[in-house]
Amino acid sequence: MPMSSSPRDLGSAKSGSHHWLAQRVSALALIVLSLWLVANLLGLVFTPFGNYVYWLKNPINAVGLILFFAASFYHSALGLQTIIEDYIHRACIRWAVLLLVQGLTVLLAVGSIFSVIFVALK
Amino acid sequence: MRPLSPHLQIYRPQITSVLSILHRITGFALSVGLLLLAGLIISAAFGQQSFDLVRGQMSTWYGYILLMGWSWAFYYHLCNGIRHLFWDIGKGFELSTVTTSGWAVLLASLTMTVVTWVYVVQRSSIVSELLSNANVQ
Repeated sequence: MPMSSSPRDLGSAKSGSHHWLAQRVSALALIVLSLWLVANLLGLVFTPFGNYVYWLKNPINAVGLILFFAASFYHSALGLQTIIEDYIHRACIRWAVLLLVQGLTVLLAVGSIFSVIFVALK
Repeated sequence: MRPLSPHLQIYRPQITSVLSILHRITGFALSVGLLLLAGLIISAAFGQQSFDLVRGQMSTWYGYILLMGWSWAFYYHLCNGIRHLFWDIGKGFELSTVTTSGWAVLLASLTMTVVTWVYVVQRSSIVSELLSNANVQ
């Protein structure tokens, strides 16, 4: 059996720390991505449609926005999962709400990322 | 299911507990905000008309109140999240440090919110836009 110095590889569940770690890694990515987006949005959000399209035609901005949506929807889904598991005690309702929230997350993540590409390439 | 704090209401609110629940509340609020940001971006794919419709809702008095709330929620969750990341690597656990960093997070998030909106108001035509909206009505 391989020796391990970290609790990451121990325990019967094997993947028990994945949620915890994924939340931290996406948080680190979001420090950079969200500040970058806010700095850009401040100059953009109250300007006409054309300015937004022009901004998205720059590939750096399009890729940045896609990365932001991926990281933030992932981080949001992980956080909402914790809230749901803490406060909804009846198992069947908990599973239903979890399924609904995560389904909605995937739908919106794909929808917004596709929209970024669609507008950028149009 | 993991254990939850029993009888939360019997504890006196402290800076530590209040900031802790605020992290969860702002996180939830930001999830709702993300939904609407995605809505704005998706509306752009349907063309200028639908984009302007969504953006028009942002330029109302309630739109600005929500955006100000979300901007504070964002800065708070960001600053307190960094505080959490320091705890994750085992730093800042002394009680005095926890209190100091807590107040620092509050002060920093409020300052960043004010600076952001002073900048936005100076740069854009928010005030005149709101006034012309009021005149139309």
